[in-house]
Amino acid sequence: MSGIHDLEQLIRVHPFSQGMSDEHINMLKGCAKNVCFRQGAFLFKEGEDAETFYWIRTGKVAMELHAPPKGTIQIDSRTAGDALGWSWIVEPYRWFCDARAVEEVRALTFNGVCLRGKFDQDPRLAHEMYRRFVPLIHRSLQATQLQLLDVYGAN
Amino acid sequence: MEQIEVVHVPKAEGMTGDPMVPRPVSIRELQHETHDTFTLTLEPPDRDQGLPFIPGQFTMLYLFGNGEVPISISGDPAAPMRLVHTIRAVGSVTRPLQDMQRGSMLGVRGPFGTGWPVEEARGKDIVIVAGGIGLAPLRPLIYHLLGQREDYGRVSILYGARSPADILYRRELESWGGRFDVDVSVIIDHAATDWYGDVGVVTALLGKVRCDAGNTIAMTCGPEIMMRFAARELNDLGVPDEQIYVSMERNMQCAVGMCGHCQYGPTFVCKDGPVFRLDRIKPFFSIREI
Ligand SMILES: Cc1cc2nc3c(=O)[nH]c(=O)nc-3n(C[C@H](O)[C@H](O)[C@H](O)COP(=O)(O)OP(=O)(O)OC[C@H]3O[C@@H](n4cnc5c(N)ncnc54)[C@H](O)[C@@H]3O)c2cc1C
Repeated sequence: MSGIHDLEQLIRVHPFSQGMSDEHINMLKGCAKNVCFRQGAFLFKEGEDAETFYWIRTGKVAMELHAPPKGTIQIDSRTAGDALGWSWIVEPYRWFCDARAVEEVRALTFNGVCLRGKFDQDPRLAHEMYRRFVPLIHRSLQATQLQLLDVYGAN
Repeated sequence: MEQIEVVHVPKAEGMTGDPMVPRPVSIRELQHETHDTFTLTLEPPDRDQGLPFIPGQFTMLYLFGNGEVPISISGDPAAPMRLVHTIRAVGSVTRPLQDMQRGSMLGVRGPFGTGWPVEEARGKDIVIVAGGIGLAPLRPLIYHLLGQREDYGRVSILYGARSPADILYRRELESWGGRFDVDVSVIIDHAATDWYGDVGVVTALLGKVRCDAGNTIAMTCGPEIMMRFAARELNDLGVPDEQIYVSMERNMQCAVGMCGHCQYGPTFVCKDGPVFRLDRIKPFFSIREI
């Protein structure tokens, strides 16, 4: 396969893989797929088994919670260059919210079960991935705490 | 106590007469922006010269019989005949202001305070981080940058609001975003499903901003906590405190550094600010007691 459509190349150009060794990129490739979601399609839904995660190449994903009687609320979003989903690392591996393509989304998807298996074979790969996911989780938690403060609300 | 050196931007020419005496102005136009925010266009007190000001400066608006409030000028500095203020109705003066009619009279003092460092920023990349009503004091700066676009490097405007309905100057943001020479990103805290933009906090946008950190001037206005986190994120990108400017909107009364109401560390927000270079006030930026 040629150029940008080569899976390995797509992994390499994504910001999330920066600094990863060839060996680990190769291991990731074995669990990866190149996918596309039409506008409005769901990447995953709350409560489902979290067996994947995504590296977004183009497009935008809204993370949503259905909260009657308020309706469905967007709580976060992800765009090109972002990684989406960490429930695949944390037991019981279940999605906390819905993820919906707000516009057409092209992404790499990784099979978490496959990758967790590789972590057991090569703990250095696990370390590489945690090193990338933990700051993401950290930032997301901080952002959530700021959102909770409702900083733009009237005093 | 450590000595704080304050950067003084020269005051606008427009201030004449006794700075303590309000001059009568009439309301030319009142436009509702969001459910709690409105824009007042006033006839300037001087019908010949208007009210010249530096982007970032404010006036004291006096609602007769009610009280006086500091409000930033949010109009175009190149059009001093239109004295524009965007105001959020929060309390005893700003709420009744919202119900004023065209032709009603107000008092105005000023302009007061320091402005955004438009001269120092020449030739540099510009990152503007605004939150909520904080876009209003930055709008004159944006007009200035767009009016003299070739004098500046990359211009990025990052704006955070509470919900899509709370977005200020929505049409203008859309039109600035439509230009090829300005990057505009809007992010909101939460939204219904009909919102197609970003969701999250404004600091999250900084990670994707395109600028040469060493040659960037960042200017931010919004809730203090937002500015604090924006400053940290800018530091992480490589923009030092000396290149970050914040607008501190502490409550004030006299506006000329006499009453001490707005004292902030060893400075007064009214005369030494409201725009401060971050390194000059950093020791006080996150002290709870101040
Ligand atoms: C330099 C400067 C520029 C400003 N520019 C603008 C502007 O462009 N547009 C705008 O809408 N507002 C601006 N403000 C804030 C504005 O002055 C206040 O919202 C206003 O004074 C409130 O007056 P009030 O009598 O209506 O409310 P009050 O009855 O006095 O108070 C109502 C509520 O607002 C809070 N409050 C009052 N003043 C402030 C303040 N300065 N900051 C945060 N909370 C406050 C009070 O604690 C209270 O909870 C600026 C303030 C400063 C110091």
